[in-house]
Amino acid sequence: MAEFKEISPNASAGAKLTNWFENRFPTMFSAYRVHMAEYYAPKNFNFWYIFGSLAMLVLVIQIVTGIFLVMHYKPDAALAFGSVEYIMRDVPWGWLIRYMHSTGASAFFVVVYLHMFRGLIYGSYRKPRELVWIFGCAIFLCLMAEAFMGYLLPWGQMSYWGAQVIVNLFAAIPFVGPDLALLIRGDYVVGDATLNRFFSFHVIAVPLVLLGLVVAHLLALHDVGSNNPDGIEIKGPNAPKDAQGHPLDGVPFHPYYTVHDIFGVSVFLMVFTAIIFFAPEFGGYFLEYNNFIPADPLQTPAHIAPVWYFTPFYSMLRAITSEMMYALIACVLLAGVLAATKLKLPSLFKAVVLGGAVVVAALMLAIDAKFWGVVVMGGAVVILFFLPWLDNSAVKSIRYRPDWHKYLYGIFVINFVVLAYLGVQPPSPIGERVSQVGTLFYFGFFLLMPWWSRIGQTKPVPDRVTFAAH
Amino acid sequence: MSDTLADKSQMDPSKRTWLIATGCAGTVGGVAAAIPFVSTFQPSEKAKAAGAAVEVDISALKPGEKVTVEWRGKPVWIVKRTPEQLESLKKTEGQLADPKSERKPAELTPEYARNQYRSIKPELLVAVGICSHLGCSPSEKFQTGAQPSLPDDWQGGFLCPCHGSTFDMAGRVFKNKPAPDNLEVPPHMYLSDSKLLIGEDKKA
Repeated sequence: MAEFKEISPNASAGAKLTNWFENRFPTMFSAYRVHMAEYYAPKNFNFWYIFGSLAMLVLVIQIVTGIFLVMHYKPDAALAFGSVEYIMRDVPWGWLIRYMHSTGASAFFVVVYLHMFRGLIYGSYRKPRELVWIFGCAIFLCLMAEAFMGYLLPWGQMSYWGAQVIVNLFAAIPFVGPDLALLIRGDYVVGDATLNRFFSFHVIAVPLVLLGLVVAHLLALHDVGSNNPDGIEIKGPNAPKDAQGHPLDGVPFHPYYTVHDIFGVSVFLMVFTAIIFFAPEFGGYFLEYNNFIPADPLQTPAHIAPVWYFTPFYSMLRAITSEMMYALIACVLLAGVLAATKLKLPSLFKAVVLGGAVVVAALMLAIDAKFWGVVVMGGAVVILFFLPWLDNSAVKSIRYRPDWHKYLYGIFVINFVVLAYLGVQPPSPIGERVSQVGTLFYFGFFLLMPWWSRIGQTKPVPDRVTFAAH
Repeated sequence: MSDTLADKSQMDPSKRTWLIATGCAGTVGGVAAAIPFVSTFQPSEKAKAAGAAVEVDISALKPGEKVTVEWRGKPVWIVKRTPEQLESLKKTEGQLADPKSERKPAELTPEYARNQYRSIKPELLVAVGICSHLGCSPSEKFQTGAQPSLPDDWQGGFLCPCHGSTFDMAGRVFKNKPAPDNLEVPPHMYLSDSKLLIGEDKKA
């Protein structure tokens, strides 16, 4: 226990009150110092570094608006659609709360995708920040679950058929799949039981996990310190420090970055409110038109697509046809042969790798393409967790990588956007071919990263961060 | 914390053994307590009880028409096929993944429907309108010829809007599509010329 501090009886009332709390709850004061006033963040942050704070803001918006929506919403297959329309039309200002929540969902993904891209280009996932990145990926998974289950709640056509498709993904798993899908739905088709449990997960179970992960993400970040656009460690043993041991290249989070973030928040809120007031459906991208029709279990809408933030992964799912399986089998066998011939491994290990490749190829022939589509879609997210161990570049930041790396990251982004676009479109033969190439590129980018990230001449990394006072 | 066990010789091994045993027993109890929670995810007795057979009057159904009825919460189609549509089943045969309905026959095709028409009466198709890929309900595309998302030599059939799987006029899936199987033919029987019972057949 900390020492009990006495204060002069002549001190001001404010000082006495502070002292009273400091003696009884010192954790609050030390947390403020560790995470705010004495958390030194690199002073060369650029605009890419606003998205973490914005993600926190959107999380708060979602929780607050969510609490108010639950006061009027009815999780019942017969009442749900009507209760959402009731919120929109009859509850005073209900439309605003609902549009804040629905726009907030899309805003969350915009902000998180940009936040992840920042991590990708500046190498923020690399040693010693692997756990920060992994907690972040887990947050991304939670967000996807949260968004998917939340989308069922209005009980519109898209809600219903979207849930039907995603739950059936689990049914594709060999042996246990159909029973697992039954356990998720709680009925033989998506119905009232499904709606009720998704409501429970959406409003309490997943948010609790999400909050826990956000705390872990921040604590881990503050333990190892923030990365920066130069990828230089400002708190390393050789980093320049002042007499008190504070990094010369860092500034305290509060007040410097709190004020800086308030500016970012203002800009964000301008865009956010403009969308809420003038284009809450965002042309059918944030709220799909078909979702304004009540769920009809007998009729799938003519064109169904997930909300935009899931479409890159949805495209990859659609890309896996039985034709595509031959291309994938060729890739697996080629990888097995290359590993056996090129890598420096004990011969026993080589045999295991080659045998493993043959077994996987045989399974790929034996099990339906449908299952492998699910594996590819899941793998596209899971592969992100391994990024810290895939990148072998000598430098962290894109600034000091060979120039062609920048183009490669550019192509990666374009590929991701093209996949997202194709996922919104109805299926077509050309779209299918493009999404197959896109899927191969997406996985090639990550799986070949251990090799390509080492190729080329990196630029010298300076000792101090690049910063000009302004 | 760290100084409490500085001297390992002071540790009482019998106490440790009992702590480990207690911990194991507690874990078993914890796992057992999880069983009722996980079990609540299963379909309730009410959900299991729903699923009675549905009787349909098909006397008003004209050739080329389709009606949809609900059975166990799923859409069941009854399509009265025209002679041309029945003729098209021969042409599509070469492009199908499973023209003879040999995959998973026990689940998908009752014995009395294991023929080219996949039906009891050649002109009347009875099928569950749920795609074998991910459970969307395909839309009817009875018009022949080239149209968006369909091949130029389209003979009429069904298109799943979700992932583009196509089925012919007998609900048989085309090759190289995401859907692995033909549409399910539910157990059904004719009570009379105009009355069809979906959900039960003569065996049952």
